[in-house]
Amino acid sequence: MDRDKFVKLAHGSGGVEMHKLIESLIISRVEKKKVEGGLGIDYPDDGALIPMGNGEFLVISTDTYTVSPPFFPGGNIGTLAAAGSINDVLMMGGVPLAALDAIVVEEGFPIEDLSRIVDSMLFVFREEGVAVIGGDFKVMPKGSVDKVIINTTVLGIARKPIVDVPREGDKVIVSGHVGDHGAVILLLQMGVGERVEELEKGLLKSDARPLTRLMVPLVEKYGDHIRAARDPTRGGLAGVLNEWAKAAGKVIVVDEGKIPIRRPVKDYAEMLGVDPLYLASEGAAVLSVDAAAAEEVVEYMRGLGFEDARIIGEVRGSERYKGYVLLRSTVGGYRVLEPPTGDLVPRIC
Amino acid sequence: MDPRLLVEAVFRENPQLALQLRSYIAKLLEKLGEKWGSRARLKIMDFCGTHEWTITHYGLRTLMPKGLELVAGPGCPVCVTPSWELEEAMKLSFKGVTVYTYGDSYRLRTVSPVNGAYSLAEARALGGSVKVVTSIYDAIADARKYGKEAVFLGIGFETVAPGYAHALLAGLMPENLSLMSLVRLTPPAMFYSLSILREKPPEPPVMGVIAPGHVSTITGAKAWVPVAEAFEIPVVVAGFEPIDVMMAVALILRQLLQGRAEVEIEYKRAVSFDGDLRAQAAIHKAFEVSDAAWRGIGFLPRSGLRVREKYSEHDARTRYGIREMRVEEWKKDTPPGCKCAEVVLGKAKPTDCPLFLRKCTPSTPYGPCMVSMEGTCAIWARFGEGGVTEDMVRELGLLEG
Repeated sequence: MDRDKFVKLAHGSGGVEMHKLIESLIISRVEKKKVEGGLGIDYPDDGALIPMGNGEFLVISTDTYTVSPPFFPGGNIGTLAAAGSINDVLMMGGVPLAALDAIVVEEGFPIEDLSRIVDSMLFVFREEGVAVIGGDFKVMPKGSVDKVIINTTVLGIARKPIVDVPREGDKVIVSGHVGDHGAVILLLQMGVGERVEELEKGLLKSDARPLTRLMVPLVEKYGDHIRAARDPTRGGLAGVLNEWAKAAGKVIVVDEGKIPIRRPVKDYAEMLGVDPLYLASEGAAVLSVDAAAAEEVVEYMRGLGFEDARIIGEVRGSERYKGYVLLRSTVGGYRVLEPPTGDLVPRIC
Repeated sequence: MDPRLLVEAVFRENPQLALQLRSYIAKLLEKLGEKWGSRARLKIMDFCGTHEWTITHYGLRTLMPKGLELVAGPGCPVCVTPSWELEEAMKLSFKGVTVYTYGDSYRLRTVSPVNGAYSLAEARALGGSVKVVTSIYDAIADARKYGKEAVFLGIGFETVAPGYAHALLAGLMPENLSLMSLVRLTPPAMFYSLSILREKPPEPPVMGVIAPGHVSTITGAKAWVPVAEAFEIPVVVAGFEPIDVMMAVALILRQLLQGRAEVEIEYKRAVSFDGDLRAQAAIHKAFEVSDAAWRGIGFLPRSGLRVREKYSEHDARTRYGIREMRVEEWKKDTPPGCKCAEVVLGKAKPTDCPLFLRKCTPSTPYGPCMVSMEGTCAIWARFGEGGVTEDMVRELGLLEG
């Protein structure tokens, strides 16, 4: 059986397979890859930049949400669709202003459920002061699409855009616990959601939320010291760090014991043979920050209500080795933290 | 404190103790060098796939002093399941007999196709009847409801054998379900790999074995006494947390320094010298020991378990007339270019194989060692052991002192 000729789920998991496919299928075939003076499709980041001529940039990011199941502890596909694209604009250093949404729904889907989803989406946009300026709505015949998928495009303005280029000596900071969203969806997809006490009791839920309250003041105050910012969604923390190491040609060294992971996330991931460092977060940020400012940045983040923010590692330079992430284990040994591969959890966001 | 958390705090998340053990191990090796009158160079074999997982996942190789190498042994049941047996199971699946299998053996590839399929997964895609289960008890429950002819593919080492034996002895198997026993016994494989490695003189010798912890809960540490005696090397039964493995390395070196070659138990919280006598009796009652083939390696005497005649109505081999492979029929059953057999025996590292992470990856495994998370290649691939970690750590000066 020749399976290489067909699209696989792994091609959509944000890992090695996906990057390879979109590089050959799309990026390499796009002629004009960016607007002059901006940032375009050829650079791996959260969104694109278009210079506005006054020193500021228009930030645009688009994402399609296919999460299965569409309702989960901590939110639903609507929460995710709004928060996810807002976060992408924030990670580019932008202040989100306006959004477009496109909903594709399966014939027979309950209007009541759809209404709850749209409510959640609009609630997030409203809370964040993001105008919903347009969109699209389509219905597919039963069986042609699984329940509902949503695309959102968010636009924002950046005065200090963050184009991810971690530098040697930078400290790597996370804003809080990682892997919550991925763990929740994984458990639901495995069909054990109802049997997991922590989900019932609300001790474990998706962290899907916009990070405006963190990122806007942080970029305003420390923008010049932040060399990279990303929300670790598909592919998790391991995915972000590997992309950075590769793009910057550096070795990123992180300390496993310092990475905040909730107890149930750790436990269930271990039971299911999954590394939480590859599980998606939908309400966490990873930053690469000038070492001189790093401690202060962490303090400031904590002051903004992100009490679990901390330094988890640093960016190193090596003559011989480029593009690696090294993980210091809980006993002090080192291993290479591989980029994500395969279809760990399909349809996570 | 929750005992599980205590175990974790002591044996897993304990950088202080790890640091002490690291310098203790280095000191012991240095003393061994003084004793032997040259710089000590030796290998310690970790037999069990789960130990290899711990070693790689926690980066323990980077904590070992120069001259001390940890090599992985044959401890992966999926890796050593012969292609022949798998092909027989696939044939059954096409004849309408449902085959129950574990998730990793479901993806294990054969060398020859059966009706165009190279694995149970492909057999299912092409119309074979195959179901993935997590235990024989799952298969029993499903077969009861299902009611038609079905076979459970009983892969594993001594650890799973008591469960299979219990299913047979307690009469749990429904009339329509039978067991295809592919159980392999670990001591013969350890004997074989150690004797093979002794024949490789330019390499530093294997001077100690980290013996499997789970297997030993059943067999007892006594199962390894013949190994320690025959090869005159220390054998330490170890637990699966990183501190357990470091302790085992230290105990092996201490024995060497004291001139001892004994079986010692590090994993005292689970393993006794005699093991689980009831489980041993059940295994003996349900199975007889037979010569058995190991994938890529060949026949090892008295290394398999065959269902006793008394329970033959639940023995898939008699029920479906599956012919057992004869010794002279065996031919190397790893795919062309694959070094899995050498990796299993500790003769090669995954990184010595030209297919590793090229043609053979965790998402598209080519050789048997890349399939299961107990396979050395799969572990190395997943945890970044591409052969550069130690050098990178040195260059960056991450483990000075």
